Amino acid sequence: MGSSGLSRFAKRFPTRLVNVGIAEQNMVGIGAGLANGGKIPFVCGAACFLTARALEQIKVDAAYSQANVKLCGMSSGLGYGPLGPTHHSIEDMAWLRAIANLTIIVPADALETAQAVRAAAAMEGPVFLRLSRTPVPDVHPPEYVFQTGSATILRPGRDVTLIANGAMVWRALAAARLLAAEGLSARVLNLSTLHPLDLKAIRDAAETTGAIVTVEEHSTRGGLGGGGLGGAVAEATATTCPVPMRILGIPGTFAPTGSTEWLLEYFGLTPEGIRDAALEVVGVKVRP
Amino acid sequence: MNIYAEPEGARTGDRLRYLARDIRRQSLTMVHRAKVGHPGGDLSAADILAALYFSALRVDPQRPTAPDRDRFIMSKGHCCCALYTTLAMRGFFPFSDLADYAQPLSPLNGHPNRTKVAGVEANTRPLGHGLPVAVGAALAAKLDGAAWRTFVLTGDGELQEGSNWEAAMAAAHFGLENLTLIVDRNRIQQGAPTETIIRLEPLAEKFRAFGWAVREIDGHDCTALSDTFAAVPFEPGRPNCVIAGTVKGKGVSFIENRAEWHHHVPTDGELAAALEELKGGLDR
Ligand SMILES: Cc1ncc(C[n+]2csc(CCOP(=O)(O)OP(=O)(O)O)c2C)c(N)n1
Ligand SMILES: [Mg+2]
Repeated sequence: MGSSGLSRFAKRFPTRLVNVGIAEQNMVGIGAGLANGGKIPFVCGAACFLTARALEQIKVDAAYSQANVKLCGMSSGLGYGPLGPTHHSIEDMAWLRAIANLTIIVPADALETAQAVRAAAAMEGPVFLRLSRTPVPDVHPPEYVFQTGSATILRPGRDVTLIANGAMVWRALAAARLLAAEGLSARVLNLSTLHPLDLKAIRDAAETTGAIVTVEEHSTRGGLGGGGLGGAVAEATATTCPVPMRILGIPGTFAPTGSTEWLLEYFGLTPEGIRDAALEVVGVKVRP
Repeated sequence: MNIYAEPEGARTGDRLRYLARDIRRQSLTMVHRAKVGHPGGDLSAADILAALYFSALRVDPQRPTAPDRDRFIMSKGHCCCALYTTLAMRGFFPFSDLADYAQPLSPLNGHPNRTKVAGVEANTRPLGHGLPVAVGAALAAKLDGAAWRTFVLTGDGELQEGSNWEAAMAAAHFGLENLTLIVDRNRIQQGAPTETIIRLEPLAEKFRAFGWAVREIDGHDCTALSDTFAAVPFEPGRPNCVIAGTVKGKGVSFIENRAEWHHHVPTDGELAAALEELKGGLDR
């Protein structure tokens, strides 16, 4: 509960907060049971423990059983910084994306998070919301409308597409501005729903811009050439419109000691790092 | 020179109390400097760690991986500052290394890492891992007919994780009298009392029902701690459970029993006031 920052909710709705203690497996099971009883439980826990500890409960009790459970993975990615690899959640997308029937949403700012929470409540079936504790600027205009399964072009461009989600989106936008200074026009696609994938938007990015850089606060290993986002995009393009890609993330290592900001820089997940990867991939692209 | 080296037979309660005070002082200093850590749990475990490393454990800092060493697993890995300090005091690595805690690329991460820090037996901090690993270690010793023992320290809130109870059953089933679980029973977890969140009581009866030999002692009485550890196995054929009654934040008036100090980082003023209250260790 502490890790989920739910004290304000508890104040407002004291009878609607069930604290099950330090027991993530039990928590997901109880969530599935509450859903069975007609509730719409939002099951909140630190993303690292919620996914790693309770993975089988997520697979069986939530996804396989099609329970109407909304899982909220808090402080995902490298958000816990110096607490180290036990607390980093950089494998969760690879694990969860392999599970059928599970909608996965990784919102990029406060506005999208609020809308994604409502969308999750409104839809029937299990949803995983991957939430961040890292402060981010707004990347969406106030009139933005989130739709589950739809990726959003946040910046138009011809030469390369930067695909990101979560706390990486504003960094991709900043990278696009750096690329403009180099005379390159970069499209920025916010792929906030990781499952189901917006295949149309990805294919269009490949066909129109001919090169893709994916950016995720996640391991780059675990799927086809990538863990969560990179793997998903690589799968989508490889079978439709293969184009050169660069997959940015954490390259299959446990992170060393360091703060979140320091680690993101260490792994090149900065506007400059994204810019350099884009320059590189544009250099090898074959399509116009 | 390590002023804590060679207990010279003086493993008295008094000496352990001084050592524990220095563990408290140094842990708070580390949390303050790095701006991350768990003062409440560090302070509640200090006497237990002092009694383990300066009285009970048969370990040699010069041979940290000697096959016949006693194992100690710090399951409540969030209290790594207390553990790092104790290991340094015992001579596993230089005391000056502690300044590096949580700094970029430091081996002293926010949780103990056995591949990077001498004396650490398991990478812990997700709660509920230490006891199963300890059961495995104790079982290995038993299979080999070896004399070394295994000790493991868990939090009390930590016992809400189901893995502990699977391990508790296994330990009794395998008759692991060479295993000692110490529960840091400070009655507070993150944000609130254990009994408010998910009740643990009657805790001693639970362990007895699971087949363990249980002793309940004052977890800040260093003499009682070292005497109790020296008395294992309590009963032939049963794993040992020491429920150490503690106070979260013990030793600093404004930290004691305050749930918010679970992971509160002391301000400059709070650190100074805390160190003042904790004066009188061996290092001055
Ligand atoms: C599996 C898991 N879930 C949640 C946490 C977050 N967490 C860290 S410490 C803590 C409270 C631990 O309370 P307790 O075991 O009583 O420890 P102590 O009072 O000795 O600090 C929690 C919930 C965690 N480390 N691991
Ligand atoms: Mg406790």
